[in-house]
Amino acid sequence: MSFDMALILDSIPKMLMGIGLTLQLLFLSAALGLALAIILLLMRISGRWYLAAPTMAYIYIFRGTPILVQIFIIYYGLPQLEFVRDSIFWPILREPFGCAILALTLNTAAYVSEILRGGVLGVDRGLKEAGAALGLRAPHRFIYITTPIAIRLALPAYSNDVISLMKSTALASTITLLDMTGIARTIVAETYAPYEIFISLMAIYLILTWMIQRSFGWVEKRMSRHVREEV
Amino acid sequence: MDSSNPVDIIHLENVNKFFGTFQALKNINLTVRKGERVVVCGPSGSCKSTLIRCINRLEEHNSGTITVNGHELTDDVKNIDAVRREVGMVFQDFNLFPHMTVVKNLMLAPKLVRKASRSEAYETAMRYLERVKIPEQADKYPSQLSGGQQQRVAIARALCMNPMVMLFDEPTSALDPEMIAEVLDVMTDLAREGMTMICVTHEMGFARSVADNVVFMDEGEIVEMNPPREFFDNPKSERTRLFLSQVLSY
Ligand SMILES: Nc1ncnc2c1ncn2[C@@H]1O[C@H](COP(=O)(O)OP(=O)(O)O)[C@@H](O)[C@H]1O
Ligand SMILES: [Mg+2]
Repeated sequence: MSFDMALILDSIPKMLMGIGLTLQLLFLSAALGLALAIILLLMRISGRWYLAAPTMAYIYIFRGTPILVQIFIIYYGLPQLEFVRDSIFWPILREPFGCAILALTLNTAAYVSEILRGGVLGVDRGLKEAGAALGLRAPHRFIYITTPIAIRLALPAYSNDVISLMKSTALASTITLLDMTGIARTIVAETYAPYEIFISLMAIYLILTWMIQRSFGWVEKRMSRHVREEV
Repeated sequence: MDSSNPVDIIHLENVNKFFGTFQALKNINLTVRKGERVVVCGPSGSCKSTLIRCINRLEEHNSGTITVNGHELTDDVKNIDAVRREVGMVFQDFNLFPHMTVVKNLMLAPKLVRKASRSEAYETAMRYLERVKIPEQADKYPSQLSGGQQQRVAIARALCMNPMVMLFDEPTSALDPEMIAEVLDVMTDLAREGMTMICVTHEMGFARSVADNVVFMDEGEIVEMNPPREFFDNPKSERTRLFLSQVLSY
């Protein structure tokens, strides 16, 4: 098999025209997903069953089903419902972009809230007791002791989830969006050169993954100054 | 208000505490007067920690009354807050906040609980770091300190809240032998200055030289409580004698 270098050089800039959309999908759904995950976490650890139970059901459903199916339900299913078409969200849900953001956000939030919960549960009980013994009330203990330590504990797993999310953005191409994968599929349909195009596409995604890992590595290093031994 | 004497800072009356069906504390009666130094000893699992953790409500007692400086411990959060403002605690494994520098560890509670300004909290923190003789470590993180230094920071952190009473739960048990003395020195200084304290410890030399009273606990009961001379030279109960022969045998 021979590789058509000219085709690769020609197609990479075209695929990169979709990187803006890929990054928009990534950053928007990562930010919205994180916000939702924090709300879900607070509900889950509130100690109130009527908040915790729906959260657990939500997490179970979104982690237990394929994200592709979730995207299809939102894109093909929701518009069938009269009240969705009448709602103020219709301008968003009418667009494939809005549907992709919604699906990615709902999905990542389920995973991230569990990751954050792992961090919160990992905080040494003795530290919270030390806070209590000093007279700090529960909200202060949560803000000043539990949260900063939980963030450090959750960061490695969270960075993996951001990478998963970045890869999931490729699924947006199944609902007509021309992200990098969407463009690649179009080029393949025109050129019948799947190897060249898709391998170039993989290379671009790998570079993105590497950049995400590097960024999180830098943040982790900064945040764990306290465990570094004196040299 | 209650049956305690005004100079009694801590007053426990018929206190019982259960973990599920296991009875941890059995009918505990204990009074600690202002300025009194009490050492609590007893075998591992005799509920010494549980006893002092009930005094600042890290554990809830199931019956009986616990009063600290006139505030009775109930479910009322106001009373719990009031008690915790009077009571400082030092733990076996230090429990310093690992993500904050030493001085930030000391400033946190005064700022949040006493509403001290940054500069007030900083001055208080540095004053107490000098007292425990490690002001030069102020900007380090706890993990960069030795165990003995960490425990002295923990003592300073509790003192920054200006408590009336200090509780110590085996403060030297997690330390390498060469660091025990530096922590006991700080505690002895505190005792000399008149701090009311309850120390769970197996340091019998410390008990002998510092304590006004030594309490011996076994299986959740206070078996014996006497001034150190009486306690060590003339133990009343067979269980105390057996325990002392074990801890003093080396
Ligand atoms: N949170 C808890 N839940 C159940 N049992 C506990 C708990 N804390 C302590 N215990 C039990 O109570 C007993 C006394 O513990 P503790 O007060 O720590 O003893 P000591 O400090 O004298 O070694 C032990 O048998 C321990 O297992
Ligand atoms: Mg103990």
